[in-house]
Amino acid sequence: MFQLSSEAKQQVLNELKRYESKQSAVLPALYIGQKENQGYISPDVIKALSVLMEIPESQINEVFTFYTMYNKEKVGKHHIQICRTLSCMLVGAQELTEHLCKELNVKLGEVTRDGKFTVTEAECLGSCGTAPMMQVTSLDSDKYYENLTPESAMNIVRAMK
Amino acid sequence: METKYLTEFYHLPEFKNLDGYRKNGGYIQLTKALLMQPQAIIDEVKASGLRGRGGAGFSTGMKWGFLPKNNEPRYLLCNADEGEPGTFKDRMMMEKAPHQLIEGMIISAFAIGSKKSYIYVRGEYEESITTLLTAIQEAYKAGLLGKNILGSGFDHDMDVYRGAGAYICGEETGMISSLEGLKGQPKLKPPFPAVQGFLKKPTIVNNVETLAAVKYILRDGAQGYRKYGTEKSAGTKLFSLSGNVNKPGNYEVPLAYPLKDMINILGGGIKNGKKLKAVIPGGSSAPVMTAEEVERATLDYECLAQMGTMLGSGAIIVIDDSKCMVECLANLTHFYRHESCGQCTPCREGTGWLEKIVHSILSGNGRMEDIDLLIKVADNMKGKTICALSDAAALPVLSFVTKFRDEFEYFVQHGKSKVKGTAYKTPNYIADKGHAHA
Repeated sequence: MFQLSSEAKQQVLNELKRYESKQSAVLPALYIGQKENQGYISPDVIKALSVLMEIPESQINEVFTFYTMYNKEKVGKHHIQICRTLSCMLVGAQELTEHLCKELNVKLGEVTRDGKFTVTEAECLGSCGTAPMMQVTSLDSDKYYENLTPESAMNIVRAMK
Repeated sequence: METKYLTEFYHLPEFKNLDGYRKNGGYIQLTKALLMQPQAIIDEVKASGLRGRGGAGFSTGMKWGFLPKNNEPRYLLCNADEGEPGTFKDRMMMEKAPHQLIEGMIISAFAIGSKKSYIYVRGEYEESITTLLTAIQEAYKAGLLGKNILGSGFDHDMDVYRGAGAYICGEETGMISSLEGLKGQPKLKPPFPAVQGFLKKPTIVNNVETLAAVKYILRDGAQGYRKYGTEKSAGTKLFSLSGNVNKPGNYEVPLAYPLKDMINILGGGIKNGKKLKAVIPGGSSAPVMTAEEVERATLDYECLAQMGTMLGSGAIIVIDDSKCMVECLANLTHFYRHESCGQCTPCREGTGWLEKIVHSILSGNGRMEDIDLLIKVADNMKGKTICALSDAAALPVLSFVTKFRDEFEYFVQHGKSKVKGTAYKTPNYIADKGHAHA
């Protein structure tokens, strides 16, 4: 069963004290839980947070399911999110997604066999002037890669360990 | 040419740090403001004609004036949940000039008598968040935040709150719900946040660019600020230019700048020798304009409203003549369905139907009556919900279908795009997957 590390527990406790209302700590706590559980949130994570924060599981769960940055399923070590909204689409986002999926031999949302990558599409990421783009979320970093071509994106992905 | 008013020092990497910011005039206005009567600051902002830069364009001074006249604790909340498709100006402002925002916020907080403020940043903007947190720490160390700021007796604390991926949190009451650690669902107004906001306390929610502008109003006075723009659309504004132009990017110009110059001069014209077909002038929720309309348009609240569209967040999305408008609209209908919070029936159901109908036309299964059905559904979504997302989903549909009806009719009749001559390529996403949030 999943357990929060003592460091993560301390982080959650700090968040509980940080805002005027305890409930405000739910969003930050979910990020901490997600990081502890290899990038996604399972029912065990909710349970652990609920016990620690003394907030009902149902309340944490409804927040978790509302927001798209909390992953509902396991993702690869590097989560590649390609912006698909209009500005990016106009300059080749769809081709970018297709190329990455083909080269990595996965469908959208799947994890590569080696567990390293997941490709998904995201709604407007605010990088419209430097489109097309992708955001790669790894365990300890979250980075935008902009002005991509299918090839340059694939080169970036290949260089990831 | 650009008018670099707010963005004057953005080319200096040092402008990001406290020292560099101070070297270029930073925090001088704060020192000045703390010696003023708070009401005098509010009056100056009101007189400047500054209007909310996030999208609604409401008078900032008037919004502040809605606060109750008592000593009840109140909050200042900076809306940095930049999510309107096509918009990327706030991100640049936070990453290049975090102290400009912080100074504007401390001055604004002093004016409205707030001891605590939050900057709600969309979760994806990791770099903005890190930059702001570093800058806030610098400000605390220098006595610009915390107790007794610069010996004035005014106390103010500031923090950053990270969103988690929901367009609806850019709506001010949705943002307040989210900051309270709940689902980001908007609340019925009235009561407006200025009366009952975060934790039921009076709360002022202002966009990044709006708050950053406050310092310049103090520096140059309301009249000095009005040197740019028009009577009703005063000052400069940052525009995010994207799509099929040679030089996409953020450009600061006085309001009422000609739209065609934005595209042809600042944006370097249409890419790859193509011709202009359409422009969305104020973020994806603004009704689309034809190339002919673009010729006559100026970038101010009044002109665009008269032309049946809006200035919105200042996100200009340029579409060239090789693009299929049915496909472009399909892209947007998917966005709105994905982002509907699911609270109100017309929006939850309506965004779903709009997406289904447009994708049915795209897949070659459209019927002629579907075109009018789109208009009917969109009409039934306007002005019927708690927040404006439903309208924002309806407006692009109504304008695309009305102004480019021939492309929709052709698609229905021939099962392929009038422009591309090809049948639709299935998108990567699943069109009928439903709402992400509901």
